[in-house]
Amino acid sequence: MNQTYGVAGVTAVVLATVLVGALGLRVSRTTSDFHVASRTVAPHLNATAVSGEYLSAASFLGVAGLVLAQGAGMLWFPVGYTAGFLVLLVFVAAPLRRSGAYTLPDFAEARLESRAVRRTAGVLVVGIGWLYLLPQLRGAGLTLRLLTGVPGWLGGLVVAAVVTAAVAAGGMRSVTLVQAFHYWLKLAALLVPAAFLLLAWRADHAPVPAWDERPVFHRATTVRVDRPLTLTVREPVRVTASGIVDGVAAHGGSLNLAEGRHRIGAPATLRFPAGARVPLSDRSPRRTTPSEGAEAPPSSGETHSLYATYGLVLATFLGTMGLPHVVVRFYTNPDGRAARRTTVIVLGLLGAFYVLVPLYGVLGRLYAPDLLLTGDTDAAVLVLPQRLVGGVTGDLLGALVAGGACAAFLSTASGLTLSVAGVLAQDVLPALGVRHVRLAALPAVAVPAAAGAVAGDLPAADAVGLAFAVSASSFCPLLVLGIWWRGLTAPGALAGLVLGGGSALAAVTLTLAGGARSGWPHTLLAWPAVWSVPLGFAAMVLTSLATRDRVPPGTAATLARLHRPEPGPNPPEEPVRGGRTSAGRRS
Amino acid sequence: MTVLAVTALVLAGFALFALGAALGHRAARRQLEHTTGAGGPRAAHTAAAPLRAGLTPDTARRTVRRLRPLLGTPAVALTGPESVLAWDGTGAHHRDELLVQLDDLGRLRTIAPDCDVNGCPLHWAVLVPLRVDGVTVGALAVFAAAGSTALVRAAGEAARGLTAELELAELDRLRADVREAEMRALRAQISPHFVYNSLASIASFVRTDPERARELIQQFAEFTRYSFRRDGDFTTLAEELRSIEQYLELARARFGRRLRVTLRIAPEVLPVTLPFLSLQPLVENALKHGLEESVERGTVTITAEDEGTEARVVIEDNGVGMDPEHLRAVLRGTAGPSAGIGLSNVDRRLRRVYGDDHGLVVETGIGAGTRVTVRIPKFRAGVQAPPPRRPP
Repeated sequence: MNQTYGVAGVTAVVLATVLVGALGLRVSRTTSDFHVASRTVAPHLNATAVSGEYLSAASFLGVAGLVLAQGAGMLWFPVGYTAGFLVLLVFVAAPLRRSGAYTLPDFAEARLESRAVRRTAGVLVVGIGWLYLLPQLRGAGLTLRLLTGVPGWLGGLVVAAVVTAAVAAGGMRSVTLVQAFHYWLKLAALLVPAAFLLLAWRADHAPVPAWDERPVFHRATTVRVDRPLTLTVREPVRVTASGIVDGVAAHGGSLNLAEGRHRIGAPATLRFPAGARVPLSDRSPRRTTPSEGAEAPPSSGETHSLYATYGLVLATFLGTMGLPHVVVRFYTNPDGRAARRTTVIVLGLLGAFYVLVPLYGVLGRLYAPDLLLTGDTDAAVLVLPQRLVGGVTGDLLGALVAGGACAAFLSTASGLTLSVAGVLAQDVLPALGVRHVRLAALPAVAVPAAAGAVAGDLPAADAVGLAFAVSASSFCPLLVLGIWWRGLTAPGALAGLVLGGGSALAAVTLTLAGGARSGWPHTLLAWPAVWSVPLGFAAMVLTSLATRDRVPPGTAATLARLHRPEPGPNPPEEPVRGGRTSAGRRS
Repeated sequence: MTVLAVTALVLAGFALFALGAALGHRAARRQLEHTTGAGGPRAAHTAAAPLRAGLTPDTARRTVRRLRPLLGTPAVALTGPESVLAWDGTGAHHRDELLVQLDDLGRLRTIAPDCDVNGCPLHWAVLVPLRVDGVTVGALAVFAAAGSTALVRAAGEAARGLTAELELAELDRLRADVREAEMRALRAQISPHFVYNSLASIASFVRTDPERARELIQQFAEFTRYSFRRDGDFTTLAEELRSIEQYLELARARFGRRLRVTLRIAPEVLPVTLPFLSLQPLVENALKHGLEESVERGTVTITAEDEGTEARVVIEDNGVGMDPEHLRAVLRGTAGPSAGIGLSNVDRRLRRVYGDDHGLVVETGIGAGTRVTVRIPKFRAGVQAPPPRRPP
């Protein structure tokens, strides 16, 4: 990709963000515009902002990468990311808004009248926020590495520093406008190139990718190897190589890779001819159970992938409602009715976005299978415009896509940082004297940035899935039971949060630390939602039943408030009693 | 297949663990109650703790359940003035008999219930009235097989413990009453000056510009309706700003072009809940210092910003300012009755609701204008706005 264009794209997005943020601040109004000033955020604007904040690097880059690597089975990711809002709409949106809570710990306190539950919820929010920030910073590192060639960890660090500085400097002014702007930017950054890509694909006689066997290089492709890797070749292939191959230096000469394992040193370039099958690489994304029979033992592969799919579906469907940065945005709605309308619009906006994403995955399988070798499948969206369209148009489209990716990780990372910092300052760190959101922004970003340097390589969408799993096993039971069941007690909520959320958090941490590498232990730890969500619910219900005499005294009043609908759009106006009555009295 | 079995086993294990944890927790709590309940006034105090919330069937039930092991008798009952609220132990068929005894309960008395039920161990009882402020609010009844002075003394001791808690409960109730009365006294103080000035300026328009006068009267009606409303102590920032708009509209009728108002409101903080009429007095104050006491053109700036878990509202004027010492006296409430009731009133209410670190922050100096900052938490337990009214 042309570096100048890409860097220009990213810079333009950052500048535009600052500009939109500052403009919202500058608009000052005189009394005649008072009506405008005291008008709350309309549902459609808030919905766009929610979508803008929600569509992260995992959605923008990760999903296409997974589809490229694993095929149609990965479409559950976008389905789950969207459907989570449906569950949110049906069970949670309006009552949560009516509860008056700003953060999830606020809700816990409002419903259960317990400081202990509040603090536990605070710790979980921080955990989920950090898990979610991890892939954002990783995606940022990847994008910047492709654009400028700086090492991935440095890119992540730069973005972490930018986000911390922005939050610490009070960068949340007119945040709604900024996030809404980012949604449209992300949509445009996928939609416009998609049109060009489809035309180019048609001009290429509309080839169809093969999903049940290894992909082939559609065109002669040069692969740059930055880190050493091992290739497993099934069919002998003749490549042009420079660098160290199997311990022998090659200098741009032709080389035959026989069947078997080959070690490629870094740096090296390999040029594969058109029609060659893509070899297996030890850098291919590994965690998601592959659907290709070639890599997984055929006997266990099927059950594993079915289990993994259920794990994914449960986590994403039920996890959205517990994401700290999503919940916080619902506070902007004036009432429960607006919260519900916002969610409906969010569903539409996300649907429009996610229709585009798999397209990039499919085209990526056709035109960028070399990413499977280097393991950078998340980069599929970024490289495709160059590959298919090429020329100045390709460069411009590449810049647009890079800008969209930048918007993706900036908006999600800043939203997450802000909500994590808020909870840190309010519930977790006051003992240490960190009472201000701005100060708390530093630990909010520093921890995931540090963890990102330590943790193993995971595709962005997968890592986000882990955050969803923790949220689904802790906050989904708390919200659903808290809103719909009178019998919930503080000890019950505590048990559910600790057992469900805690066990999911432990499993996820083990996965990230590379605990179990294969087999059922690995699958169970990598997709905890299947067992941890029922565990969370069971612990909450059973403990609540066992401590039935500790139902919070205000339960009836709280539930009535959560479920009482707001007055309709046009309530009967009270008659203004004025001159007539007094006149009557006078006569 | 085996894998499924293992999964099922693991899940069952976790469920058992959860159940065990819950039961263990309960058992431990019981144990704790027993060990602390090993006699002594401290034990009686622990047993009486539920009564801190007042004497209700629920708290009475919890109290007698803790009290009976301490006294070691077959039955203990707690009554209100006219009914038996809770009975722990055997022989609940004596309830009605106990009820009769309640009629004239002046002081401690022992009774000997006659019982024809076979095997009923209750042949003796001591009734101790519970008096709070000289009014009998209930009684403690301790039943036993045979009377003993030790038991009478123990019952008296226990009743004293219960009475102490009930007195504390009464104190709590009084404190809540006082607080509510204070809130009521503090709320909705539109100043008489404002009413007078508004009516005077409306009157000046009645002949020259009847249409304007009509509009102003409507604004005035809206404003007073908001100020006098009675549903709840809280409102949203959006509604408070709407009322400030009406207020400023009326003020403009009086000051004309001398008044300039600038607003910078982040729409994200409009749904924030805050004490009713907590900003309007600050605006009134700004107008007073910015315009009434000088002939210059006055500017009032109202800013509301999103600060994460809080909203920050700043009200600023470029008026004559005030002496910081005087301001301190005003906020302490020692500056005499005439001086700026609005500021100290708002300050006290904010501290009452959100705690001492959320009072007003005022920056001022003579001739340097005034800048008042309010930080409002987006959520605080118990702070609830009534359901929103739709704007007409």
